[in-house]
Formats: sequence, structure tokens, C-alpha cells
Amino acid sequence: MQAQVTNLAALRRAALTEKATFLALMLPALSIVLILLLLPLVWLAWYSLFHPEPTLAHYQRIFSDTAYSSSFRTTFEISFLVTGLAILIGYPLCYFLAQLPPRLAIFGLFLVLVPFWTSLLVRTYAWMVLLQRRGPINEFLVNTGIIDAPLRLMNNFTGTVIGMLHIMLPFLILPLYATMKKIDFDFMKAAGSLGAHPIRAFWTVYFPLSMPGLIAGSLLVFVLCLGFYVTPELLGGGRVVMASMLIQRNVELYFEWGSASSVAIVLLFIIAIIFYVLNRFLAIERVFGGR
Amino acid sequence: MMLNSPVNDLQVTHRQRLWLYAIAFLALFFLVAPIAIVFPISFSDSRFLSFPPDGYSLRWYRHYFGSSEWMAATWVSLRISVGACFLAGVLGVAAAYAIHQMGNRFGRWVEVTMLLPLMVPLIITAIGVFFVYAELGLIHTVPGLVLSHTMLTIPFVIVTARSGLKSFDMNQEKAARSLGASRLRAFIDVTLPQIRGSVIAGMIFAFIYALDEVVVALFISGGPNSTLTKRMFTALRDEIEPTIAAISSILIVFSLLVVLLGILLGGGRKAQVSK
Repeated sequence: MQAQVTNLAALRRAALTEKATFLALMLPALSIVLILLLLPLVWLAWYSLFHPEPTLAHYQRIFSDTAYSSSFRTTFEISFLVTGLAILIGYPLCYFLAQLPPRLAIFGLFLVLVPFWTSLLVRTYAWMVLLQRRGPINEFLVNTGIIDAPLRLMNNFTGTVIGMLHIMLPFLILPLYATMKKIDFDFMKAAGSLGAHPIRAFWTVYFPLSMPGLIAGSLLVFVLCLGFYVTPELLGGGRVVMASMLIQRNVELYFEWGSASSVAIVLLFIIAIIFYVLNRFLAIERVFGGR
Repeated sequence: MMLNSPVNDLQVTHRQRLWLYAIAFLALFFLVAPIAIVFPISFSDSRFLSFPPDGYSLRWYRHYFGSSEWMAATWVSLRISVGACFLAGVLGVAAAYAIHQMGNRFGRWVEVTMLLPLMVPLIITAIGVFFVYAELGLIHTVPGLVLSHTMLTIPFVIVTARSGLKSFDMNQEKAARSLGASRLRAFIDVTLPQIRGSVIAGMIFAFIYALDEVVVALFISGGPNSTLTKRMFTALRDEIEPTIAAISSILIVFSLLVVLLGILLGGGRKAQVSK
């Protein structure tokens, strides 16, 4: 009896030590994220409401000031357009890659991963070279007589969308490909043997099975577009003002932390909702490649 | 397994799928071609960008390696990426291990919290870090940059290390501990070697991400401690000159070599799917 009690106490102590060890192990990583990310977010939220005095003016400005509301509209237009184009290009590519024999598929996937691994700035630079007024694309189009005068491809909406599409495409392709790879292609044959036309078999069998990957990939692309700064700043040439640039300008040029914080909070709120939805289709860590 | 000649109209031939092949080919071309043009431009001998270049030279590489500003920025970037990679590696593995062992709701919350740096837009993270560093006096310092980039890259290590731990049988570690090894010993001798590939993949990601990161660096690096990406971004905003092409070519080759190194060290399988 006595021994049992001491045993129990020892076990409880061991369990406590174990818990403490685990907490100590996560503490350094957790505190870096808390101090450098969560704390400033709380502070931003506070600033957006109470700077310099309790006010809703910072939020009203987003709806009343045309510079702000049109910037948010631009942000959404670009994000929808880039996501849509990424689906139109990415889906057929994945469908094609998923059916290739393994060796060829790996080569195709390698071609998708090369841009993925390449620096964002490098890729943006490449598009700045390609899209400029006397760049290779304009020169080709003029030389072949398709157009008479060089097109304005850069420092506007078009250039921003093209550049962002290039950056975002792999984020759609990788989760979508992973999902498609798991779909047994025999389902399509089964549908065919039951008399379904290939097109019908695709839409009633294959497409629904690929939906989880498609939804995860496109929501991820959409979210990344919403907060994207570097590429639209460089390829938009200052003429395309996305929400991210409102934040940057308010902080760096005008020192208007109140306006910057309300834009940041609204953006964060939208993104949080999207991630919440995304989490229902796919555990959040799997979106970023975990299993 | 497509057919060249169909038996009935329910079967699809290669010819009917030509449009699919065309789209796939164009998509791959769209993804890779822009990166490929950087190389010839970097060897151009003129200031003006023409593609293909009229003549070739190593002029822009000489300019890059001869410029003390570019070299200093490169050195800063390398230091912070290596620092962030190792710090994120150690802290991330420790946290992933603890989360995995706890396996309860609390651990799950901690995990999601530590994935936040991937979900919050970089521009918002950047002004947040800027604010904290202004208070702490860490703006324009290398330690500040290492810390901020550790925060940004911890999620990669956590995700990969967690997926490694999930496919590892923890009973092995228990066995080692029941034979008298301390928890640390058991982890280092038994667990770590078996999740090595995942950890390396996460650290490679961390390194490359820290090296490429622009937005946070724009806000908190500066002066003699400007990162390579900050200098590149500023140069690109002002004018496009071929020095950037030379740096870009070096960066592309360097990144691919680092990834290759990761694959050789055993992180290859995981590296393909993450980020």
C-alpha cells in the first residue's frame, strides 16, 4: 500500500517533469514568433482603433477615401485574375503530368520546381527584361508583323498580372499534382467501360476527385496574391497600387501608422477567413507541404 | 496509355489530346523560359538590354565581384541565411519534437501559431518587426536580421520535422531510454539520424528562403548591413542594368546547387513537396 502511494507520487512527478521539458523545448521558437509576429499584430490592431485617440476614422477611410477603396478593388481584381489564370494553365498541366510515365513526370515536375526554387527577385527581373518596351517579346511581335508599334506590357496592370502568374503557378501546381497523383486512373476507364463519353467521365469522375487539391491550391494562390508586395511594386511601376503598397507607403513615406494598421488589419481579417475555409479542406500544415 | 487509333468513339486518341499536350508544353515553357534568358543577358557586353545580346563579355560579373557594395551585401545575406538556417533548425526541431510528443490540443495550437509566419503577408510581418526592432534598437543590425529570418523560417523546419517524426516509430526512442539513455542521448543517437532527411530539407528551405527574402529585409536592413536582396530591389526600382543579370545567374546556380546538396544529404524526397 505504502509502496503504491510513493509510486503514484513518483509517476505524477515524472509526468510533470515531462510536461515541463516539452514546454521548455518549444519555448524558444514560440517566443520568437510571439514577440516578433503576434505582439506587433496586437499592437497594430490597437493602433488602428486608438491612434492618436479612440477613433474609427482609419477604417472609415478604407471605404470613403477613393484611393483606398480603389486599391482594395485592384487587389481583389488582380488576385482573382491571377488565380483564375493559374487554374486555367495549371489544371491541364497537372492533368497531363499526372498521367505521364514516372520518369517523364519527374522531369516535368523538375521544370515546375526550377522557378519555384529561383529567387523571387530574379524572376521579377527576368519579366522586367522580357516585358520592357524594347524587350524580346515586343521585338518578336513587331518583327513578325503581328503588331505595328511596341505594346505597353510593363508598369501597368498587364505586367503585374503576368509576373504574378509566373510566381504563383507552382503554388497551384504542387498541391494539385499531389492530389491528382493519388487518383486511380482506372476510374476513368471504368466510367468509359460503363459507356460514359470521355468528357463526361472527366467531369463526373475525375474532376470531383481532384477538387481538394484544386481548392487548396487556388485558395493558397489567392491568399498569397492578396498580400503580395515585391512583384507588383516592380512590374506595376507605381501605377498599380495594391493593398500591400498602401501599407508600405503609409509607413515608409508618410509615417501614417494609423492608416497602415487599419489596411493591415482588414487584409489580415480577409486572409484569416480564407485560411479558416482552407483548413476545412486540408489540414493547415499540409497546405505548406507537411503530411 | 492513349491510343493511336480508337476502337470506338469512347476512346481517346493522342490526336484528340493534342490541345492538352500543347497547353502543358506552353505552360512549362512559360515557367522555365523567363529564367533561362537571364543567363545570356548576364554575359552581354553592352549596357543596353537587348536579347539576344550583340556581343558577349564577363563585364557584369567583373563589375559585381569588383564592387565593394555588392560584395558587402552578399556577405551580409550569406551570414544571415546561414545563421537563420541553423537557429531555425535547432529551435524548430526542438519545438517539433515537443509538439509531437505532447500530441494534445495544446500542442496543436502551438503548431498552428508557429505556422503563422507563413500565413501573415510579409508586408505586415515586416512593419511589425520594424516596430519591435525600433524599440529594441535592432534595426540595421545583423543579429536583428538573423532573428527575424529565424522567425520567418521556423515554420519550414517545423513542417518537415513533424512529417519526419510522424513516420518514425517513437517506441525506438522509448527502448533506448529504457536501456538507460537520457532523453537527449536517445534523441540524438536514435531519433535524429532517422528523421535527418526531413530536418535537412527544412533547413535547406530555411536557408534559401532567408537568402531570397526581400520585404522584411527592405524594412529592417540598411546602411552597411543591407542585404543583397535589398540592394537588388533598390537597383531594380531605379534602373535595370545587366549587373543584376549576373547576380541573378549566380543566385540561380547557387540555389540549385544548395538544393542538390540537400538531396545528396538525404533531404530530397521531402524537398520536392514542401515550401
